[in-house]
Amino acid sequence: MDYEIIVVGGGHAGCEAAYASAYKGHKTLLMTSNIKNIADMPCNPHIGGSAKGIVVREIDALGGIMGKVADKTHCQIKMLNSAKGVAVQSLRAQGDKITYPKEMLNTLNSLDSLTIQEGMVEDLIVEDNKVKGIILEDGTKITSNIVILTTGTYLKADILVGETRTRKGPHGERPSNHLSDKLRDYGFNIIRLKTGTPQRIAKDSIDYSKLKIEKGDDKYLTFSFDLEPQYKIEEQLPCYLTYTNERTHKIIMDNLNKSSMYGAIEGKLGIGPRYCPSIEDKVNRFKDKERHQLFIEPESRYYDDMYLQGFSTSMPPEIQEQMVHSLAGLENAKILKYGYAIEYDAIYPTQLKFSLETKILENLFTAGQINGTSGYEEAACQGLMAGINATLKLEGKEPLVLKRSDAYIGVLIDDLITKGIRDPYRLLTSRAEFRLILRSDNADLRLRRIGASVGMIDDERLEKLNIKEQKIDELKEFLKVNKLKITPEVKEQFINNNIEVPTATLSLEQLLKRPEITIEFLSSLIDIPFTDEIKEQVSIQLKYEGYINKALKEAEKMLKLEKKKIPSDINYDDIKNIASEARQKLKEVRPETIAQAIRISGVNPADISILSVYLRKEYPNND
Amino acid sequence: MNDTICAIATSVGNGAISIIRVSGEDAIEKVNSIFKGKDLTKVESHTINYGHIVDNDKVIDEVLVSVMKAPKTYTMEDVVEINTHGGIAPTNKVLQLLIKNGCRMAERGEFTKRAFLNGRIDLIEAEAVMDKINAQTDIQNELANNQLNGKVSNLINSLRDDMIQIISNINVNIDYPEYDDVDIITNEIMIPKINNLEEKITKILKESKNGKLIKDGIKTSIIGKPNVGKSSLLNELLEEDKAIVTEIAGTTRDIVEGQININGILLNIIDTAGIRETNDIVESIGVEKSIKMMEESDLVLFMLNNNEELTDDIKALLNKLENKNYIIIINKTDLEDKLDLTNLNINKDYIVRTSIKNHQGIDELKNKIIDLFNIKEIETKDPTYLSNSRSIGLLEQCLNDVKDVKEGINNGETIDMIEIDIRNIWEKLGQINGTSYEDELLDEMFKRFCLGK
Repeated sequence: MDYEIIVVGGGHAGCEAAYASAYKGHKTLLMTSNIKNIADMPCNPHIGGSAKGIVVREIDALGGIMGKVADKTHCQIKMLNSAKGVAVQSLRAQGDKITYPKEMLNTLNSLDSLTIQEGMVEDLIVEDNKVKGIILEDGTKITSNIVILTTGTYLKADILVGETRTRKGPHGERPSNHLSDKLRDYGFNIIRLKTGTPQRIAKDSIDYSKLKIEKGDDKYLTFSFDLEPQYKIEEQLPCYLTYTNERTHKIIMDNLNKSSMYGAIEGKLGIGPRYCPSIEDKVNRFKDKERHQLFIEPESRYYDDMYLQGFSTSMPPEIQEQMVHSLAGLENAKILKYGYAIEYDAIYPTQLKFSLETKILENLFTAGQINGTSGYEEAACQGLMAGINATLKLEGKEPLVLKRSDAYIGVLIDDLITKGIRDPYRLLTSRAEFRLILRSDNADLRLRRIGASVGMIDDERLEKLNIKEQKIDELKEFLKVNKLKITPEVKEQFINNNIEVPTATLSLEQLLKRPEITIEFLSSLIDIPFTDEIKEQVSIQLKYEGYINKALKEAEKMLKLEKKKIPSDINYDDIKNIASEARQKLKEVRPETIAQAIRISGVNPADISILSVYLRKEYPNND
Repeated sequence: MNDTICAIATSVGNGAISIIRVSGEDAIEKVNSIFKGKDLTKVESHTINYGHIVDNDKVIDEVLVSVMKAPKTYTMEDVVEINTHGGIAPTNKVLQLLIKNGCRMAERGEFTKRAFLNGRIDLIEAEAVMDKINAQTDIQNELANNQLNGKVSNLINSLRDDMIQIISNINVNIDYPEYDDVDIITNEIMIPKINNLEEKITKILKESKNGKLIKDGIKTSIIGKPNVGKSSLLNELLEEDKAIVTEIAGTTRDIVEGQININGILLNIIDTAGIRETNDIVESIGVEKSIKMMEESDLVLFMLNNNEELTDDIKALLNKLENKNYIIIINKTDLEDKLDLTNLNINKDYIVRTSIKNHQGIDELKNKIIDLFNIKEIETKDPTYLSNSRSIGLLEQCLNDVKDVKEGINNGETIDMIEIDIRNIWEKLGQINGTSYEDELLDEMFKRFCLGK
């Protein structure tokens, strides 16, 4: 074998997969069509965002690298949803499209067992339904024990602008023309998806006086649990806000048929993301909305492009000119790159196992957009999981499967392989039923030990976690033991802050549990000798104890059903009277547990009852 | 297919006809083997066939036989229904003949169990069918019908729709934090919606409790010293009501001594062993036993003797009535007044004076019962509500969650916390009508349909 693991594709999924494999010392090859595009951000400049920011923290907790690279390079960072509560708070950074890829490449280059090579992969070496390596376009064969495909949007990529369809990938890169056909030949169900991107505007052609400024937070924040902040608050770059208007909407509606997506291109088109609609879609579908928000965001400290978030389109360039110039502040804007839609092939994700190995070909793993997701973070976390599980397979160990109650990553993978997809999958907080457990603040407490158990977290980081956990216990004890005496000065503080004065001497714990009392307020009354990080963690755990317990109880219920295994040899045709749609879905997904079966769309509770009855009858010793 | 089962499908009594239902693999062959007329194995499905049931050559009954082939039948198996002449003797004879020929006597609810297992009805419907089978009054029947027709499901679904709107709005706010395209859910928007939900749930719960009364009847105990007239009262009540079922053993419940139908609501007189003993050997009232009975009852009929002074035993028992539905019956008003109820903490509105010997005061007693349980109101209303304990229990949990939501809002909790309780409500409502899967439901089902043997 030339390599133990070959990763095909150098995007966010490929980088994490290659990193995980090489970090663990496995001889790894990262194949990319262009080294310059390693960890490229071809669309928006964000790392993180609602739910996604938590995923970046989870990646870091498990030993992945996206968070660290973002921390070292971003232009701005903020905590989203800070007013809506701890369960849904999530970090978002404005990444830097120049330094992020550079830093990523440096990180990868630091790994001795990783080789990065340029080349276009057009086929796999397959023997007896087992993958044994890759075949390049010139016919060169490179062998390996495991192949991980992270091809992003590059499978038969078509760029759509107005009525033109061009076979090329983002930045005009060459796409892979044959790999998806080969995959189809091997038995994969291939689907066609679509996504889009808006215009890039020259920084100095914008009239900022007409825009609302959006700054980063004035508090230091990091994705990584291991890094001190690498930036200065005052040096963060601002974003700007503008709106569409009546004129914009009229231009769009008058020219709707010129958009690729609205008939300019004939034939069936790929399915676009519901969660990230084009501006044509927004205007056309919500005709009564007078305006839509648009964010103008820096792409880098080192070049001039500003990203026009919310204005993704497949209109022809001349219409895009009109549309952009109708916006306040962009009347004289210079468009550096036009928006476009991109179509690409993906595999239907129910063909995967929980480990992200395919059910169809052994030793083939897939991660990222090839699995039907959209977004850098979604890709990165799958890359990490595929990388980890590929190494575990090499090592003869059980795969790492995160449950829905362990991590957003678990939610994402379970959604993909259990429910399949209708459109490019984006993570949302609403997809997680246990989000109070899956918080941004506790990602390390949830996942670091798991990361250590699969060889991704070294002793130094593990020791740091041990100390943190110990400190948390100490602070809890401290709050229990110490009481607040209501002296006249203390009383005055309560009154000044408009907080009801306690009538008795209470423990700090009792006080903290009151909704209106924060740990910061208590710290102003009595010395609490712990770091802010520990204080925040304990405060969340105590204040939301009731809600957290409720969520844990619900999670337990699910875990109970998760323990009800469905034998792998089950023949769904033997179960009488299960609805035919449900039977078909069950045969396709082959759920491993009752809990998973429940989540399959098209399988109704009545079907589950019948399935459960069948299991109890036919496999009485199963539970 | 399953083995072939049979049972008398109509109620056992003196009706004009009775129907015996046979279901299973060999249903048609089995019936055909005792049928003289057309060859039933050759007739079209869903036909009625005239003929005779014969035992060897001896004619047992002249019958109509409906032949229904799988899958368009109640159980989705082959089903044959034999319409015999009413009367317990010929019907039983036919049944015995079927069993002799290899059919198995169906267990209680087994046809419904098969209908469920074969996917013809869902669990909620199965629950309703069981209720319908057990229905003994018209109102009970209507209630089961409403459940069967999905009226209850519609009601629950409309509540769920309200919830999902709030939930999705909150989620859009969370997932698109910087977009103002969707209204931010504020307390001002949420509070009226939650109040409205609370109101609706409270109403359904109240009516459901009535519904449960309709379905299960009012568990009633008659408490009193020997000789106070307990058995006379029971007999008098039973005498008045012609539709009596006596000495029937409930499935899982206590021994029911007798059932009285008051305006469509059943009073189940529970375990009053001793009432019927003509010779009271035990002089004492048996305080402990009485307390236990009172605790188990929905209604306590407490009988006192007008002609006797109160003993300490009785006073102690009377003091335990406080949180119960009770009626004090002062019997033997034809004799001299020696009873003194002053200084006792009892509601004077619920005292009835009777002389059962002279048939006096019985109507007044019934009216008090009607009053106490709002039976009039129940009777006149369209009974669309939850009628089994599982559903009512879930809805009560929903109400608790609603209270948690309100408390959360009052405490200024953030929206992500509030949403947890709202989501719980939505989930539990789904469990009531079977839109969400719940494992306990399956356990419940196993209990009711004795599956898995």
